[in-house]
Amino acid sequence: MNRHLISAGDLSLDDALLILDTADELAHMAERPVKKLPTLRGRTVVNLFYEDSTRTRISFEAAAKRLSADVINFSAKGSSVAKGESLKDTALTLEAMGADAVVIRHSASGAPRRLAGWVRGSVVNAGDGAHEHPTQALVDAFTMRRRLGRLDGLRVTIVGDVLHSRVARSNVLLLSTLGAEVTLVAPPTLLPVAVGGWPCSVCYDLDVALPKADVVMMLRVQQERMNAAYFPSVREYSRRYGLDAARMALLPDHGIVMHPGPMNRGVEIAAEVADSGRSTIVEQVANGVSVRMAVLYLLLGGSGAQQ
Amino acid sequence: MMPAADRAGRDQHAAGAAASAAEGSRRDPTRRDPTRRGESPAKAVLEPAEINRALTRIAHEILERTSGADDVVLLGIPTRGVPLARRLAERLEQVEGRTIPAGSLDITMYRDDLRMRPARALGHTEVPADGIDDRIVVLVDDVLYSGRTVRAALDALGDIGRPRAVELAVLVDRGHRELPIRADYVGKNLPTSQREVVRVLLAEVDGRDTVLLGEAGRVNS
Repeated sequence: MNRHLISAGDLSLDDALLILDTADELAHMAERPVKKLPTLRGRTVVNLFYEDSTRTRISFEAAAKRLSADVINFSAKGSSVAKGESLKDTALTLEAMGADAVVIRHSASGAPRRLAGWVRGSVVNAGDGAHEHPTQALVDAFTMRRRLGRLDGLRVTIVGDVLHSRVARSNVLLLSTLGAEVTLVAPPTLLPVAVGGWPCSVCYDLDVALPKADVVMMLRVQQERMNAAYFPSVREYSRRYGLDAARMALLPDHGIVMHPGPMNRGVEIAAEVADSGRSTIVEQVANGVSVRMAVLYLLLGGSGAQQ
Repeated sequence: MMPAADRAGRDQHAAGAAASAAEGSRRDPTRRDPTRRGESPAKAVLEPAEINRALTRIAHEILERTSGADDVVLLGIPTRGVPLARRLAERLEQVEGRTIPAGSLDITMYRDDLRMRPARALGHTEVPADGIDDRIVVLVDDVLYSGRTVRAALDALGDIGRPRAVELAVLVDRGHRELPIRADYVGKNLPTSQREVVRVLLAEVDGRDTVLLGEAGRVNS
């Protein structure tokens, strides 16, 4: 393992499997009467969130606390950032407080990479701009492996706003490392220009892709980023790229439906699909804590030397 | 290759059997091939038959001390304590004619030396379905040395439940305790110097049963 977790592409197959196996063991712990381990006692984890987040921040906080680390939550609202403090000055402040790990979410792609050069502790990317969200990809891979028993050779279809999605990019990188075959389905306007260089295939018709998919992952339509009119109307998008019950019936019998949340019910996913037995959306949140515990343990639990 | 019974379960989802086997050996710091290391010729101090006899004797001692092994739960400490606990359970079952619960207890997250080495892979914890509350837990490990592993195991137990009593069974006690801990059941007391390495090999993990004693600069058990 590297000292930081910034891109899912930095993980080797061994690293990724080590994280997933560790998370598997830690998941059993959630059933115990005492859901706490002494492993990171005396270590400090700072949650540095420049963007709004509910599940990721809570999930990281729960993970760090279950490992007995001290957690400092920092959100840009109501802090010196509102007064104009730069990322670097904030980093130096955290450094002075003795942070052993900084979990950062930032609207600018690459902010975690910059931060890693300024602090001595580990940096964990909790989402940077439209770039990456590696722990979410790990959670998704973990959920797929739990439901379907394997990742190697699994056919995963990712549908929707790939252009603005850090989850999609991290998933493509991680899943291809793990041996899954990824297909992206989106209107051409919502695919990045460089998608040809990604380790995945591209398809523009959801109905063609679904019958072959073991997993279909619906991405959120990021309406806050939609001012440039990437498709004619929400209704048209929903008709062509939304997952409703009729489309779900095209999936093979074992096929599962995933969504990284938060959902726009009725836009990319119909309510009846989101609440069906094939949906893993609630599981994904529960698995989030185990996977993030595994990441924090593997980054902070040892001496910090390279393995 | 090592047909590691306990690891095979964990790696069942890994990509390809060969890849997972290679990983297993790399990730587990205790899994080293003693024949490949530059140790002076290790001599076998316990042969398969002696290991068998020692385990049978321990099983009988457990039966005697716990008056028939009522309420006994055997918990092996990975890696090699787990097959030992299973073997002891089989022997108890042969005598008593009923199922004796056996499981495993990984202590990695409770170790006191985590910061001295890179983070290590976790072993598997499997507590029998009926739990350990009000039971007599017999911890099983291959080698008792500093006592730190057992200290960690006691902490781990406390987070799982509240046993009526905790006992300790080890195949080899090699001395050099650093904590006030002793074993209740010992397969063999083996006087060693701290420069020596004791290595227990078991058929389930290593393909054969034997206990080796050799010289080495670095010890850990």
